[in-house]
Amino acid sequence: MDDLDRALINTLQGGFPICERPYAEVAARVGSDEATVIAHVDSLLARGLLSRFGPMYHAAQMGGALSLAAMEIPPADFERVTEIVNRQPEVAHNYARDHRLSMWFVLATETAAAQQDAIARIERESGYPVYNMPKIREYFVELKLHV
Amino acid sequence: MNARDDFRPLDDTDRRIIQATQAGLPLAPRPYHAVAEQLGVAADEVMRRMQRMLDLGIIRRIGAVPNHYALGYRANGMTVWDVADARIDELGERIGQLDFVTHCYQRPRHLPDWPYNLFAMVHGRTREEVEAKAALIADALGTASRARDILYSTRILKKTGLRIGA
Repeated sequence: MDDLDRALINTLQGGFPICERPYAEVAARVGSDEATVIAHVDSLLARGLLSRFGPMYHAAQMGGALSLAAMEIPPADFERVTEIVNRQPEVAHNYARDHRLSMWFVLATETAAAQQDAIARIERESGYPVYNMPKIREYFVELKLHV
Repeated sequence: MNARDDFRPLDDTDRRIIQATQAGLPLAPRPYHAVAEQLGVAADEVMRRMQRMLDLGIIRRIGAVPNHYALGYRANGMTVWDVADARIDELGERIGQLDFVTHCYQRPRHLPDWPYNLFAMVHGRTREEVEAKAALIADALGTASRARDILYSTRILKKTGLRIGA
């Protein structure tokens, strides 16, 4: 990573303008030029240092339902249940965590009813209860990882 | 924007813009013009609609998401807290402002198995760094925090992008 990469990671977390030449505006902010900024953002994405670049849409505001759910799965049964959970198209992310509740996944559905259906299906196929933890409130977060 | 805009649902053009941009913005000198050309919509219209979605919170923000793991932040700790309900909003806002917290939510307890109602995601280069940051959260919560835990991710089992608004 060079200095421009770092400056772009730091500044682009804060926001990207909506205007005709937004990369030129960012270039002015970081003391570079439009073509160089575009090439560097392309390279940061290609190298996986940025996981996304663009608008972040708010699923709930669009009528969709998002939830975080957890399950307590004994180690001996973990792979079988992983396969069941991952097979569901509603499951966007799934993580193993070092806790009694060992599997944590995000459910993304168009409706709340579809979320309940997905949970019921996972419980039925796996034989374990799902702890559903949809957010009650989201607190504003200052996103700024300084690199 | 007039008041009526606030209540107008997303129309087909909005949804087409969402579908065209949810994977990312074009890396071209005029990215909004590139989207407009792809959709057969005027560029001003695309920018106006995206600005409206930003104003309404349908777009949280436009920008970059750093890959914490690739940038050396290998420890990902979900810190969870049992906080008095009466104070959770005040405290949640305060924790969200800490610059190392990337997500902060109030979620339902599942008693007796799960007493925690405040979730704050913390990334660090090491678990020690995550623990030092969790200690700062504990300081900010003070006596309002009755119990806490940190859950580290040990394996990504599935990761697909969210696909919404289709």
